Amino acid sequence: MSSTPVLLDNAQTQVRSEVLKDKILPAMLASMLGLALLYTAGFSDIAPLHNAAHDGRHSASFPCH
Amino acid sequence: MFNLTTFKELITAALWSGLLAGLLLTAVQQIQVIPTLLQAEVYEENAAVSTTENSHEHQEWQPENGWERTFFTAAANISLGIGFALLIGAVMCLRGRPNNWRMGLLWGLAGYTTFFVAPSLGLPPEVPGTTAAELADRQSWWLITVLDTGFGLSLLAFAKTKTYKFFGAVLLAAPHLISAPQPEVHSSAAPDELAQSFIIASVFANAVFWLALGGLMGQFYKKDS
Repeated sequence: MSSTPVLLDNAQTQVRSEVLKDKILPAMLASMLGLALLYTAGFSDIAPLHNAAHDGRHSASFPCH
Repeated sequence: MFNLTTFKELITAALWSGLLAGLLLTAVQQIQVIPTLLQAEVYEENAAVSTTENSHEHQEWQPENGWERTFFTAAANISLGIGFALLIGAVMCLRGRPNNWRMGLLWGLAGYTTFFVAPSLGLPPEVPGTTAAELADRQSWWLITVLDTGFGLSLLAFAKTKTYKFFGAVLLAAPHLISAPQPEVHSSAAPDELAQSFIIASVFANAVFWLALGGLMGQFYKKDS
């Protein structure tokens, strides 16, 4: 009689952990990689990086020097 | 730990989309963006020579004009392309993968609005040799505007209640009410026509880039691909 809520609970936990594994974690990892790339190419103030990406930054309208 | 297949699919789609959109952008830039930039640089150099004649201090490396410069610009464009594609992919992964490239175009349009149109309304694309406010202030305004626009747009598109949608619209307007940091005196080494021409060229080049990036992510990251 009291097993139904427990079953429901288990099912919900499973759905939640699947959402975490299938959506939230891959999305978080991908966006961290993306932000690292955008920072390096678009915002880093290390001079050679800035000079190499200079025209790309101006074109993308990133605040540049 | 987490779904590696999903992650690999996302990364592969972003790499290809970023590569292709970055190369396309490099080609489109050759029409007007780069020629305008190079012209403006001549004005900037002339102005610099007349003001700081003997200051040939330690010069940092920079790519030689010509193929070397184009190569590094392409590399920067591709890096930005992959970076933005990873963000689009992350949002697609959360909201549900697209059915086709047309749905990807909508994401591209959202990216264009968030990362180019909104910040450019306050800080328009500038040719070298233009005076501007402190770099750190402009970068902060840029970042706040992008975050705010992204959040505002998603509320406007996905919120269930009118109140939240209205809040989204307020967020979209907010950074433009608190205006972008401006220099004390506006001046530019290059003539106005050149600055205008650069703005038009950038608006066009970035539109092509973002629509291509969104469309490609829609194609490469669609459901069951």
